[in-house]
Amino acid sequence: MILTNIDSVPGKEIVEHYGLVSGSTVRAKHVGRDIMASLKNIVGGELKGYTELLNDSRQEAMKRMISQAEELGANAIINIRFSTSSVAQGAAELYAYGTAIKITGVE
Amino acid sequence: MDIVINLVVAFLPILTAIIVGSILERNHFKSIRERENMFINLPCIPSKNIEDKPIMHSELVYGSTVVSLDYFKRFLAGLRNIVGGRVRSYEGMVDRGRREAILRMKAKCKGANAIINFRMETSTISKTGRGGARKIGCIEVIAYGTAITYSKDE
Repeated sequence: MILTNIDSVPGKEIVEHYGLVSGSTVRAKHVGRDIMASLKNIVGGELKGYTELLNDSRQEAMKRMISQAEELGANAIINIRFSTSSVAQGAAELYAYGTAIKITGVE
Repeated sequence: MDIVINLVVAFLPILTAIIVGSILERNHFKSIRERENMFINLPCIPSKNIEDKPIMHSELVYGSTVVSLDYFKRFLAGLRNIVGGRVRSYEGMVDRGRREAILRMKAKCKGANAIINFRMETSTISKTGRGGARKIGCIEVIAYGTAITYSKDE
């Protein structure tokens, strides 16, 4: 699966277009991590626990997007965008979406 | 004497926050500058137009970070809110987060020639406590783009 966020795959030709594919996940913060983060919040700086959590969740969202594209028979996703929003107290939604296509030159 | 001890105990968390927070911030900025020099040859372009060269490989890269402000600076920013104007402490935090996210993204594609269609997004993931007071004021920055490598046979 080739992923890009430009509107083509350089050097390859698009043969088929499958429309929008998306994947999302809503993650709540872990209590233990929350306590650690509030401690770290006193001195400021990077909150590693949250960075890790959001990274894991974003990968999960991308995995869902990719599996959706694979079901359609695509072999590349172009124009990928990410967005984050907090839906409820202490929970964040991570969303990834793009256009599933089929390109030449990749089996 | 008792009053002095009580005062010290009361202000100890704030003092630690000031000292530790500013040391951490200075070290972080130092490491950011060092790594920025390392990646000086990897341009990061927000447009899709690229040089007219054959491209061998392209892939999506991203980097993200969550940063927050120390207790004392958050208090200062709260005071600043009364009179308005530039909030320097928040500027520092946002700057730190953005530069770190870009560096993490660049670290994922060491062999690439450029990153095109670069996008950056910032979101607050703060938790509101009792009475609407913000307990954790932190932001998440994500930077992403397409890393491209030109083909070498020319």
